[in-house]
Amino acid sequence: MIVRISTEGQYELQGSDEEKLRELDDKAVVACEVEHEQQFHEAFARLLDFVRTSGRRVPDDALASSDVILPPPDTSLEEAKAEFSGEGLIPG
Amino acid sequence: MPGLSGRMSTIVKAKISKLLDRAEDPSETLEYSYQKQIELLQNVKKGIADVVTSKKRLQLQEEQRRQQVVKLDTQARQALAAGNEELARTALERKNVAQTELQSLDSQIAELEQQQEQMTASEQKLRTKIEQFRSKKEVIKAQYSAAEAQVRISEAATGVGEEMADVGLAMQRALDKTENMRARADAVQELEAAGTFEDLTALGPGEDDIDRQLRQLSSSTEVDAELEKMKAEIGTGSAPAGELGAGEGSGASQAAPANADEAQPSDGQA
Repeated sequence: MIVRISTEGQYELQGSDEEKLRELDDKAVVACEVEHEQQFHEAFARLLDFVRTSGRRVPDDALASSDVILPPPDTSLEEAKAEFSGEGLIPG
Repeated sequence: MPGLSGRMSTIVKAKISKLLDRAEDPSETLEYSYQKQIELLQNVKKGIADVVTSKKRLQLQEEQRRQQVVKLDTQARQALAAGNEELARTALERKNVAQTELQSLDSQIAELEQQQEQMTASEQKLRTKIEQFRSKKEVIKAQYSAAEAQVRISEAATGVGEEMADVGLAMQRALDKTENMRARADAVQELEAAGTFEDLTALGPGEDDIDRQLRQLSSSTEVDAELEKMKAEIGTGSAPAGELGAGEGSGASQAAPANADEAQPSDGQA
């Protein structure tokens, strides 16, 4: 499974990492919903850290598309909220 | 996948398919995509140049501010030595403002430095991907049947399209930050034009708007503390060479350098 951290790059993760990734992502979403700034930053940082440490960097000359794309590391709570506005939380 | 990543993925994929939908036949898609990549690369280069320009501008301001701090400090000492405490206080207040500004410029420059590095890395990566795409494009055009080519083109174009969307996003964010700093730097420049950081010798009698603003801006306790320290230094006589014990005081900021026997007493400064 290929995960991209926007503005940073792509990482290849094991398929079995998906569950953990989803779990961490959910935590960030919850913090975002309750608009808890610090909680959001912590949860989001943990999510990114997980991708960076359990994933292997995809080489620059690869032209693979990602299965999952995460927002940029410096995403603010406001920006994360904006991501969700409009069509609701879960697309499709 | 729902959540943050789900939203982000959906948005990016929508962008890519919009890009790919423009062209109808496969080789047209390849060429169109390639052309867009080259355009993006040019834009990134322009973006980097923008960041560098902004950085240089801030560095220039930083240097000016640094000189002002030194100058105002000297003026405060001279005023104090000449027995004009009020003028010394004003000089220290201004120094305080200039110093705060200096710190803020420092961190802005560091931030721009980081933006520049990130964008340069993005440019490098995009260049590698484009090169990869270019050679793949030729292979696809030469070797595959229409149906197979369609699949491969879509793979390659999606991969590179995602990178393009990402580089575009990175650039947007970097430029937004740069733009904010530039706006702030311009505002400071205006303040400066209004005389906030001006040389004290140019200060007329009475108190103007800026003086009042200054008083609000600078923390008076800090100024008080510094004034006391300066007084102590001058008082103990261990002050650095070039200080006057007590001048005849009328010329306020123009206290003469230490040895009066060295001629030209009137226009104190070199």
